[in-house]
Amino acid sequence: MATAAIDTHDTHAGHPPTSTGLNNTKVAIWAFIGSECFFFASLISTYLIYRGRSLVGPFPHEAWTDPATGHVYKAILNIPVTSVSTFVLLMSSLAMVLAHSAVVRGDRKSSKIWLASTALLGATFLAFQAYEFTSFVHEGLTIHTNLFGSSFFILTGFHGAHVTAGVIWLLTLLFIDMKRGLTPDEAINVDVCALYWHFVDVVWIAIFTLVYLIK
Amino acid sequence: MAADHSHSNVSHDSQGDAAAREHTHPDWGTYKWVALILAAITALEVWIYYIPSFTATKLFVPVLLALSAIKFTIVVMFYMHLKYDAKLFRALFVAPLVLASFIIVGLLFLFGHLKVSF
Amino acid sequence: MATTVSLPLPAAHTSHKYESGLWSWLATTDHKRIGQLYLYTSLFWFLVGGIEAGIIRMQLYGPNGHVVTAQTYNELFTMHGTTMIFLVIMPLSAAFFNYLIPLQIGARDVAFPRLNAFSYWVFLFGGLFINASWFFHAAPNGGWFGYAPLTTRPYSPGLNIDFWVIGLQILGISSLAAGFNFITTIINMRAPGMHFMRMPIFSWMAFITQFLIILAFPIITVALTFLMLDRFFGTNFYEVSAGADPLLWQHLFWLFGHPEVYILILPAFGLVSEVLPVFSRKPLFGYPVMVYSGILIAFLGFGVWAHHMFAVGMGPIADSFFAITTMLIAIPTGVKIFNWLGTMWGGSLRFTTAMKFAIGLVALFTIGGISGVMHSSPPSDLQQTDSYFIVAHFHYVLFGGSMMGLFAGLYMFYPKITGRLMSEKIGNWHFWLTAIGMNLTFFPMHFLGLDGMPRRISSYDAGQGWEQNNHLASYGALLIVIGTIFFAYNWFSSMKSGKVAGNDPWGGATLEWTIPSPPPDYNFAVIPKVTSRYPLWDRKSPRLSADVPHGSEPEGLAEIALAGQKVGSVQVPSDTKLNAADAHPTASALGIVMPTPTIRPFVAAFALGSVFIGLIMHKNLPIMLVAAVVFVLSLYSWLLTPLEPEHH
Repeated sequence: MATAAIDTHDTHAGHPPTSTGLNNTKVAIWAFIGSECFFFASLISTYLIYRGRSLVGPFPHEAWTDPATGHVYKAILNIPVTSVSTFVLLMSSLAMVLAHSAVVRGDRKSSKIWLASTALLGATFLAFQAYEFTSFVHEGLTIHTNLFGSSFFILTGFHGAHVTAGVIWLLTLLFIDMKRGLTPDEAINVDVCALYWHFVDVVWIAIFTLVYLIK
Repeated sequence: MAADHSHSNVSHDSQGDAAAREHTHPDWGTYKWVALILAAITALEVWIYYIPSFTATKLFVPVLLALSAIKFTIVVMFYMHLKYDAKLFRALFVAPLVLASFIIVGLLFLFGHLKVSF
Repeated sequence: MATTVSLPLPAAHTSHKYESGLWSWLATTDHKRIGQLYLYTSLFWFLVGGIEAGIIRMQLYGPNGHVVTAQTYNELFTMHGTTMIFLVIMPLSAAFFNYLIPLQIGARDVAFPRLNAFSYWVFLFGGLFINASWFFHAAPNGGWFGYAPLTTRPYSPGLNIDFWVIGLQILGISSLAAGFNFITTIINMRAPGMHFMRMPIFSWMAFITQFLIILAFPIITVALTFLMLDRFFGTNFYEVSAGADPLLWQHLFWLFGHPEVYILILPAFGLVSEVLPVFSRKPLFGYPVMVYSGILIAFLGFGVWAHHMFAVGMGPIADSFFAITTMLIAIPTGVKIFNWLGTMWGGSLRFTTAMKFAIGLVALFTIGGISGVMHSSPPSDLQQTDSYFIVAHFHYVLFGGSMMGLFAGLYMFYPKITGRLMSEKIGNWHFWLTAIGMNLTFFPMHFLGLDGMPRRISSYDAGQGWEQNNHLASYGALLIVIGTIFFAYNWFSSMKSGKVAGNDPWGGATLEWTIPSPPPDYNFAVIPKVTSRYPLWDRKSPRLSADVPHGSEPEGLAEIALAGQKVGSVQVPSDTKLNAADAHPTASALGIVMPTPTIRPFVAAFALGSVFIGLIMHKNLPIMLVAAVVFVLSLYSWLLTPLEPEHH
């Protein structure tokens, strides 16, 4: 109904425009992201606090021999594989900005392609995580094993849960786009999803460095 | 996420926001460069991870932190277009980020991971 | 830009299926109704928490009391603290956030009305959840701060801590959702001309509080999640045998816990800052400083947390750091006290009940602050910590501070909410009984603490010199109970027979007093344009607000806009004339579209809560899964339904 140039909603029937001219949902999502900084900071802090304090292995970066059984556990983190999944997630952010850009332009074909690509790349990242988690469990690291197991799985697990929620969100937007199309003046909804998505990516940047790369 | 054009959950841009973004939105070229730089820095990080003589030095951790800080910043500035958006959003994000960073450092000190000597 | 009047469009109609009865409350999205829901629920929990305190005082009246067992005593003090903090002070503040913020900033509702309703229902669920524990003889018993490893499964095997952990998680969700809502509302829905330094001071303090909430609650969410995972899924976060640090919980908890106490006091400060100017007939002294000190308190509040841990052995560097930051935070707090005194100085004071409670906060919070500063020195605190000296301190700041401030707000805004005035005579009894009772209860506790009486003991032996002060404390509690009875009587009888209040019974200065009492659902027929901090004094008593900064735009002129295009301008009568008591146009008559009531937030809240019910039922996966699915479906239904009816 409304075109991008004239917004007939905000000054209609007692709805004044917002005090800042900014969209309410966008203000809310940035506040939410600020809050999530503290959420992930607490999880990351705990991981860092417990770094090097597990009494038994497996350990992230060094091998360990169980004195009781003699079993040798290699360093559990797989940097090459995780580098690939990190790259996948970074590329998903590119797909996300392109999706948003397409919706803003009214490019119906590209918007679907890029929304689907973002969701696919996100799902690929999750698949890597699933592989990683199951192989760790196979190699003897569970949430029960030691401090590293608990803090690692919960930190990366919560991150993965956020990615999952993001993928569901993207698929929902894709579905709406396919069903009736997302118009340019609805781009704000993709914008808000994108901000969430990029933030989840940015948290992974921190996790990749602090957990995987720093020994 | 909405089924129609009514209020509030299908949010509509008020004019000011849309206009500002039309003028200062990054283009495909910028996005491509950002993606390339992100990939390159990640590759660099992984590369130096495999240099034992470097990882053993005191520089390893600060360099990694700096590289990831750069990645963090360019995703936030360009993909989340904080560089082009209202200052309010910058405040809503940076203030908690800074405060959280101080708290992490404080906790690391309190749990003995950082040593301070006078 | 002056006021905007919107002409009703022919096709505009709203059909409110749910306008009366229970359903109208379950489906409400009106911030004023939601505020009242918070209000009555928290007053109920106040009675429950008060009974818990009463039993405690009976048990501690004399040596070797046998009113309750030690186990029950642990449950009583845990629930008293948890209830008063999370189910009374926070939601009472939320009642004011909900009711008052839109009225003060000149808005018709909050930014996300359904999210607002969701917050309330989740809060209700959380309070009922945690108190359901009583019926299982398993009330939380680990203190309101639930220190791990004591609260881990090996040391607390029963359901008690499960109720506590899960209950707090539920309540946290409520507070967080509301935080995002109010931040957006205050940033984006202020009336034209109301830039931040013209915003009423209560809304400012509320604004700052929301930031504290959205930053502090994630931390306790993580701490509680760790405890939940340890208890239900066998992780090792607090498992000392696996190498866990017993201090992790304490740091995480107090990183939340200290900002939490500022969450508890800032709204009350805001209310006092509204009451004192009106009943001194003088603008708030040093408004900008009051704003900046609030911001500074919030910021510094994240840097003092380990002053709750001076006795754990953090070392001299940590102790000194936190001692210094704690002393520093006393400065912006103290500044507020002086500004309140400055507000009253030279004013023409009217000692209404609201005013008395507000002055009560100024006096009693000061006493609490003085004892607080005494704790800020680690050597002193080593004697005071875990003694009744601390109990005295926090009751002075929370009861003498927060509760007194909230009572001041209740007496001031009761007329706005109900349309009638509370009895000043009965209010006087309530005030004096409470003030004297509170001091009689808690002042002797300073001496008990200095005399070595520890906290959280269910009984004490005779002959230690503690009997006299404990007697006094218990008598004081009795006075508080009697005072509360006066309050309850006043509240309910005034609803029927109180004097009719009208728009502005007190000579108020801010926008909420320009509209009827109680306000129509749309609040303002015409969104006002504001040119100073005290818009109503500007209109009615300009002499009072002459000294505050004013904008130079003309008032009273309205643009007429049709579908967003200006088509002319007209002289508009002020709301006080437009909305006389007998002329209450409906929203649709004015062409104002209000959000549709909906049951979806209630359903979503109930479904989310049911996930947690499944968890505490020994991880009943079917229940958890079904509830989660219902939650997700109700979310989709909610988000895909427009907030307001179609109008074109």
